[in-house]
Amino acid sequence: MAELLQFISSGLTVGAIYALVALGFTLIYKASDIINFAQGEFVMLGGMTTVFVTLAGVPAPLAALIAIMVTTAIGLALHRFAIEPARGASPVALIMITIGASIFLRGLAQIVFDRRFHSLPPLFGADPIQFGGAAILPQSLVVLASATAIVTLLWLFIDRTLLGKAVLATAANRLAARLIGIDTRRIVDFSFAVSAAIGAIAGILITPIALTSYDVGTILALKGFAAAMLGGIGSALGAVVGGLLIGMIEAFAAGYFSSNYKDAVAFLIILVVLVFIPQGLFGRAKVERV
Amino acid sequence: MRALLETRLMPAIVVAAIVILLPLFFPSAYYYRIAVLVFIFALAVVGLNLLMGFAGQVSLGHAGFLGIGAYSVAIGPAQFGVPSWLCLFAGAILSGAVAFLVGRPILRLKGHYLAVATLGLGLLVAIVLTNEARWTGGPDGMSVPRLVLFDWSVRGAAAWYWIAGTTFVGGFVLALNLMDSPTGRALQAIHDSEIAALVLGIDVARKKLTIFIISAMYASVAGSYLALFNGYITPDAAGFLRSIELVAMVVLGGMGSIVGSLVGAVVLVVLPQALTVFHEYEQALLGLIVMVFMIFLRRGIVPSIVAAFAGRRK
Amino acid sequence: MMILEADRLSITFGGVRAIDGVSIAIESGQVFSIIGPNGSGKTTLFNLVSGIYTPNDGSIRFAGETVTGLEPDQLARRGLSRTFQNLQIFSRMSVLENVMVGYHRHECTGIVADLLHWPSVARQNEATREVALAALARVGLADEAKRPAGSLAYGALKRLEIARALASEPKLLLLDEPAAGCNPVETQEVDRVIRSVVKDGITIVLVEHDMRLVMNISDRVHVLARGRTLAEGTPEQVRSNTAVIEAYLGDHGSKEAVRAFD
Repeated sequence: MAELLQFISSGLTVGAIYALVALGFTLIYKASDIINFAQGEFVMLGGMTTVFVTLAGVPAPLAALIAIMVTTAIGLALHRFAIEPARGASPVALIMITIGASIFLRGLAQIVFDRRFHSLPPLFGADPIQFGGAAILPQSLVVLASATAIVTLLWLFIDRTLLGKAVLATAANRLAARLIGIDTRRIVDFSFAVSAAIGAIAGILITPIALTSYDVGTILALKGFAAAMLGGIGSALGAVVGGLLIGMIEAFAAGYFSSNYKDAVAFLIILVVLVFIPQGLFGRAKVERV
Repeated sequence: MRALLETRLMPAIVVAAIVILLPLFFPSAYYYRIAVLVFIFALAVVGLNLLMGFAGQVSLGHAGFLGIGAYSVAIGPAQFGVPSWLCLFAGAILSGAVAFLVGRPILRLKGHYLAVATLGLGLLVAIVLTNEARWTGGPDGMSVPRLVLFDWSVRGAAAWYWIAGTTFVGGFVLALNLMDSPTGRALQAIHDSEIAALVLGIDVARKKLTIFIISAMYASVAGSYLALFNGYITPDAAGFLRSIELVAMVVLGGMGSIVGSLVGAVVLVVLPQALTVFHEYEQALLGLIVMVFMIFLRRGIVPSIVAAFAGRRK
Repeated sequence: MMILEADRLSITFGGVRAIDGVSIAIESGQVFSIIGPNGSGKTTLFNLVSGIYTPNDGSIRFAGETVTGLEPDQLARRGLSRTFQNLQIFSRMSVLENVMVGYHRHECTGIVADLLHWPSVARQNEATREVALAALARVGLADEAKRPAGSLAYGALKRLEIARALASEPKLLLLDEPAAGCNPVETQEVDRVIRSVVKDGITIVLVEHDMRLVMNISDRVHVLARGRTLAEGTPEQVRSNTAVIEAYLGDHGSKEAVRAFD
């Protein structure tokens, strides 16, 4: 029982991060039909930038804010300088651009920062809370609470504000949205910026638990993408559910099966989902008209 | 007849001439080494180009097949005492088999779904190679016994230059042959309009699978050569970065241009060597190159040059 | 001999019955036209018959065999070919190569032979080239053989698709709006091509809006409206059918239909 609780707790924690990454994917995908492989790098940049800015003597909260702003700026730059100029390219070409961007950011991080692992102090101390025989880190609770807050805020925003409606409109039919006066370019800017911010926050939150380094982005992007696919790409609810599911399955696989193959779980899930249910759990199957 | 030969095999003849004459310009053994690496990667890229540029199917996990070929010639001789050359064939067949098994379900997918599926496949191969340390030596890799051909232990960059060079030209010729054949036309048709190809009686699924298997085997042979040449192999050979490098070489040289495969390989093999001082910048540079080419020069180097010349002639 | 029989075909897309209980029977060697207002389901019917969609209800028999649910390439290998309303040209290949692909189902070299370029491959390439050139000549495009397909004018591309479909040596040819977007001269060309094809014993099924072409060339006309059969008969019967005139031909269309017989 204690073991079970432990797996659930760690699974949900890391799952929450996957969910945030998946949410970032989904937001950009909905607004622009692009799969942004650099999503994971936003998480990496959030954590690493905070670390290095605090090392320079800046107090942690300010450092975190700076990191979020820097990452958001990078997200915007990605859209303006890498994606926008290539509009009209095939979906695969666009994926290649974001993959290139992800490798580029990774390579830059390697130079600007360093190749070592780094950590941040947890928000409420490092003493685990005992719960039913399982040891739960306070930071885990912070992660879960923040993720819930972010998802709720995002949902409220999309549902209740005019800008949110504009995002939905752009997602549904880009041309129609433009015809009614929505500046779709700004909407996509916005989606990149928000995704980057969400990614950065996720990175800052998880660093006290899982550490960070220049290359954590790639694996995170892939797992976040797996989560988005599992949930059904284009479905925000699916992204969250997918993320939590993958986190849990990973934790259980690592616990009961083999911790070496933990990473393989997400990739196996990608293959299984794509082959058997390509539209994911909450997505809609596409009908191709000739 | 002669005219036909000239149009079809001309690129191969030119490349063969380059292979034969190039060593005359080599100031040192180091250059042989670079050339071997270029030929090895160019071979893998030709195969990938057949799949991506020609048949229009994307693979972001092709290094997985490279890895299978590489570890076949490492594990086979070390663990089973099977001679290296036999392991090379076994590796190619194994890669083909994996391509067959995985290809059937995933080649039904289109565009970015296929891209991600192949990505997942490549990563799974890399993970298995990293984890099964008992067989593969784990993340640190394992040493690879030298290739022995008819009692001659193949060593040295010069010897490998001729082996890799000839194999590359061979692979090049096969690809040129394929392009000028019923299968080649069917593949190009599939790239341009799958529905039209279907309606003309082309078994699209089977053709896609065939070319996927062929491109896997190209990569496998290249991987085997890489392992035998270096005398050592690590799971990185099958990793994500390696897969992206291969795709970058295809894109750089020109999708669908077999000659471009060589150009792409030259650029991405020579560049890091030229940057030995700035080794840390390798990744950033790779990422930048991929981005710049995919944004501004999507056709690739060779097709762009060809188009520029065709434009001038008018 | 009935070459194509469709029995009470139905298909639904997301709640809309695109085709509802349509039956057609086509005799070998005929020119059979399907007409109807936009959205009446003509292309959907084509897609059903050519295997791109599978019907929810009903059956299809081709040359005596039941073929319901077969894939397009399986149907193609039985001798059914088609063109597309929104052209599906192989734009990267030359005009000649496009048509050569049409002959693919008769080509018999294997992958190994192709890779090694056995003499059989060279022979096959030659033979296919001959067939393709002949098909191009029939549609009047023989001079454009070497040009990239993407560089042709719209009307020429329509004829290219026909040539490509002809190269597959079909028993039944479905032409999806072959005259759409064509000027009167190009339409005349299409008319000429269709007549010459019919002379070879190939059955033609036509979806068209150009009433003069339809009335001029068809043996039988089937009228669809909102996914259902409205009428069927000879061109004269159809054009004088009041229901058809009301639903579809209207004032202008009936005049066009009459002019076809002048």
